[in-house]
Amino acid sequence: MTNAPTPSLAAAKQESGGALGFYGVWLLAAIALVVLPLIFSSGGSLTSFSLIGIAIIFALSYNILLGQTGLLSFGHAVQYGLGGFLAVHVMNAVASHNWPIPLPVIPLVGGIGGMAFALLVGWVMTKRAGTVFAMISLGIGELVASSSLILRSVFGGESGITTDRTSLMPLFGWTFGPQIQVYYLIAFWVLVSAIAMYALTRTPLGRICNAVRDNPERVEFIGYDPHVVRYLAYMFAGFFAGIAGGLTAINFEIANSAYLGAMQSGFVLFSTFIGGTAYFFGPILGAILVTYLQLGLTNVTSVWQLYFGVIFIGIVMFAPGGIAGILMKHRPLIRAGTLGTVIPSYLVAAIPTLAFALGIILAIETVARFSGGDPINLLGIPFVATAPTTWAAAAVLVVGGFLIARITWRRVAEAWDRAATVARDRGYLA
Amino acid sequence: MAELIVISTLNGVLFGMLLFLLSSGLTVIFSMMGVLNFAHASFYMLGAFFGYQLTRWIGFWPALVIAPLLVGVVGMGVERYGLRNTHKHGHVAELLLTFGLAFAIEEIVSMIWGKSPVDYRVPAVLDFPAFTVFSTNYPAYKIFMLVVSVVIFIALLVTLKRTRVGLIVQAALTHPSMVGHLGHNVGRVFMLVFGVGSALAGLAGVIAGPSLVTQSDMAAYLGPILFVVIVFGGLGSLPGAFIASLLIGLIQTFAVALNGSLASVFGPLDPSLGPSPLTDIWNVTIAQIAPILPYLLLVLVLIFRPMGLLGTRES
Repeated sequence: MTNAPTPSLAAAKQESGGALGFYGVWLLAAIALVVLPLIFSSGGSLTSFSLIGIAIIFALSYNILLGQTGLLSFGHAVQYGLGGFLAVHVMNAVASHNWPIPLPVIPLVGGIGGMAFALLVGWVMTKRAGTVFAMISLGIGELVASSSLILRSVFGGESGITTDRTSLMPLFGWTFGPQIQVYYLIAFWVLVSAIAMYALTRTPLGRICNAVRDNPERVEFIGYDPHVVRYLAYMFAGFFAGIAGGLTAINFEIANSAYLGAMQSGFVLFSTFIGGTAYFFGPILGAILVTYLQLGLTNVTSVWQLYFGVIFIGIVMFAPGGIAGILMKHRPLIRAGTLGTVIPSYLVAAIPTLAFALGIILAIETVARFSGGDPINLLGIPFVATAPTTWAAAAVLVVGGFLIARITWRRVAEAWDRAATVARDRGYLA
Repeated sequence: MAELIVISTLNGVLFGMLLFLLSSGLTVIFSMMGVLNFAHASFYMLGAFFGYQLTRWIGFWPALVIAPLLVGVVGMGVERYGLRNTHKHGHVAELLLTFGLAFAIEEIVSMIWGKSPVDYRVPAVLDFPAFTVFSTNYPAYKIFMLVVSVVIFIALLVTLKRTRVGLIVQAALTHPSMVGHLGHNVGRVFMLVFGVGSALAGLAGVIAGPSLVTQSDMAAYLGPILFVVIVFGGLGSLPGAFIASLLIGLIQTFAVALNGSLASVFGPLDPSLGPSPLTDIWNVTIAQIAPILPYLLLVLVLIFRPMGLLGTRES
């Protein structure tokens, strides 16, 4: 079985961007990270930003495997969790021995933990790509998650192991007690890790990873061992996942077996794939969206995880390039100036599609709240889950929305073809 | 000890046959379509919940027939409208689609039936001890489960080896395009095989539901073990899946029944050592490590025989 060829990396296309644009993006990102908490300074948003930052590192590290090397892992949380556990243990050791190690170094410890585990199991795991790798990663994930409940002295059983981030040596008067200081610590590591991972995609190793993803046989012909390349990619991914785990441990001051579990592995897969694996910034978008939804939806609905499943299935079926893929598809049209001809068809298609989505939401909430629960509030309109009118409304929205949406999307495709033809004629689309 | 061996062997064979009901479908689907169906264990769970619901409405025996058929229809729908459309995006997309489905099905089931176990009981007709071994009453329902799975196993074998449909399926396993050239509708064969595989998983769910726990996390618990079975047996090998199912069924059942630990064999460690990973490992019982045994086995197999027991190809 071979891996599906995914579209080649954006990195190849960004060659023309120029140094100013390149550094400008990172500079803007840095400024945004510094300024964000000044604009949204409430405790809730600080916590959200911290979680989003960690999710970004985690998703980017996952994309080293999935997007760049073509390795589909179902157990990426293992490295993340082990990094978190090592970070907690080191923090406790540092605090009890009064070693002069400040907190900002701790995520690096987590990274080393994640990398060490990848070093240990990676050689066997990366022997094969494709389905076999996916299965082994699932097996290793289950193995570690189950073992963590047995090795109580290391993993603390079900309750986990706690730590106190303020007990470490203060740095420049920062004790890292307040969330804002933790946020800046996370923001620092987000920026450093993102730059490092981007740099990794530009190295010969990063490029040969792409080659291994697309055609391992030809990589062998030019003298590289795909196994070694996969192993290296797996270690780097483990390293950055460990950093994310270390940051989580600092953020929550606890590490427990849930960090290692299948749920965590599933969510990083969701974030990365929803964001888009073919472009470097895809996982960033995905991590922001998924974490934001996760935080936002839990207050609104009890079945928020189902929505993730539905969104994920929708992306896999209709837009396997993810959000980044959708966005980047429009770039040649923007350059050719033909995007304007597509937009009206988009607007037409948006209405039935929205109706369809609302119908799905209404149907899900009706089932979820059928046996009791608050009345459904959809766009300010109240619905009662047990009323037949609600069921009828949901059915009409789903079926009607679907049928009309199908027609309108066909017209979008036609408009798109025309615009793309023009763009091709003007030389903007290969 | 003899009692433990007899009972555990019976239970182990039973669990193994149940695993084979699932792994056979999974293996055939995998070798035919190249898709590892992540949602296969979810079909098993759907079978159990459909069985539970239909048992409450119309009784166990109709449910035994209708629930697997319903699951089969769901499976065919997944193949026809999901996988077939995703095929053009490659195998990873197909695998991810089934992964998303497994996730969504678990959420839907827990949304409808709740997260706690449902009261899915053994039908009254079969609720008596079949025979007594030493001092243990062996329930008749388990014998019924064993009989059903053996009958299905034989039916599957006969269908695959002795009928025209089986021939086409076997041919489509290795040479799908050739089968297409000979005028068979390969798409429909795929859909039917997917439906039958899902229905078998559903049947396993219906009969296992009353005996094991019917709960919304049963798929998440069984799914990974199922993958261990088919990787262990050799991806795409039906006889391999059969041997691996029985082996893992027996290992799991015996491990759960055994209470020994290193401490009980070699005596307790010096208590002055304090808690450490060594004391954890020293004191853990075989029953406690039963859940991780399949995965340990998986890792060992992949190190020493990456193609699995009877597999011919490595990926």
